[in-house]
Amino acid sequence: MTATKKTVIGLLVLAVIIALVPLFILQNAEFGGSDDAGSGVVSEITGTEYEPWFTPIFETAINGEIPGEVESLFFCVQTGIGVGIIAFIMGRFVERKKKEDEPNKADGSKRAKK
Amino acid sequence: MNTSLNTREKRFIAVAAAIALVFGFTPVASAMHIMEGYLPVGFSVAWGVICIPFLIAGYMSIKKTLKENPKTITLLAMAGAYVFVLSSLKIPSVTGSCSHMTGTGLGAILFGPTAVSILGVIVLLFQAILLAHGGLTTLGANTFSMAIAGPFVTFGIFILCKKIKINKHVGVFLAAAIGDLFTYCVTAFQLAMAYPSESGGVAASMVKFLAVFAPTQIPLAIIEGILTVVIIIGLETYAQPELNDLGYLAGGVK
Repeated sequence: MTATKKTVIGLLVLAVIIALVPLFILQNAEFGGSDDAGSGVVSEITGTEYEPWFTPIFETAINGEIPGEVESLFFCVQTGIGVGIIAFIMGRFVERKKKEDEPNKADGSKRAKK
Repeated sequence: MNTSLNTREKRFIAVAAAIALVFGFTPVASAMHIMEGYLPVGFSVAWGVICIPFLIAGYMSIKKTLKENPKTITLLAMAGAYVFVLSSLKIPSVTGSCSHMTGTGLGAILFGPTAVSILGVIVLLFQAILLAHGGLTTLGANTFSMAIAGPFVTFGIFILCKKIKINKHVGVFLAAAIGDLFTYCVTAFQLAMAYPSESGGVAASMVKFLAVFAPTQIPLAIIEGILTVVIIIGLETYAQPELNDLGYLAGGVK
């Protein structure tokens, strides 16, 4: 295994650890939906409950909040689109590099023999 | 609409915040994007207008890059996809709430800060329309924090690290992580501007919002830095021609 590969795997493991450790340390925490919570601070500062003057158009269209499962579906779609594009392009890069390296390797060995 | 649920949620948040304060934790709250309808009309419009020149500059910048180096469109797509992935992953943090990353660092480092504004807007629109996450009325403010201010800081730090000859990967890490964190600082500032506290004005309000956002975001900023380094290593290994075209490798210190 090359040094680069080791670095990459090490970094990925580190990222996963940082992401998962809070789950084990804070066993009773809610880990609630974060983005909506800013409203709590707004209410705290203004002293009154703030009524948003505009509701998300999707929620208006279905006349209610997006169900949690459906929301996670959309989040997955978003992740899926991103991962798909990255994997596709990265795959092409890897194959291209492989092809480029093949003749070079041949040259290299010839040169080495000389 | 489901007002009962909203009130219940708000009450729950208030209770949770109180409990958290008692136990010396930061409140269970953090916000990446400002929610739909949560900025007064004037602010919504103002932030939107501020974004327009950056978006135009971004469009021109992308057009120019692609004209000079058509091949780099693959990397542009990848930078956009990276924003898609990272901003969709909600990650638990040490404060007991979840938040997500921005993913704008990669694009800023490769294509410059203005180009990312376009990529960021696409993601923010997707989330605002389909996910009721962020919002159309707050699109301007969210674009400014995530797709303009953050990337500019990322880019600045990356260039600075290059100048003072820090290891390139360390530079990438710092740039992406601090850019992510700065996005939250701007969000806090935007909310503080709109909701100044009665006693202390904007500054006091800003401290309050920051105290809520920053601790949650720090570990995530570190993760974002790590992931950006990983993808940069990948690109350095497999996409050298494109990186050369973009000038990423030129004059770099490795």
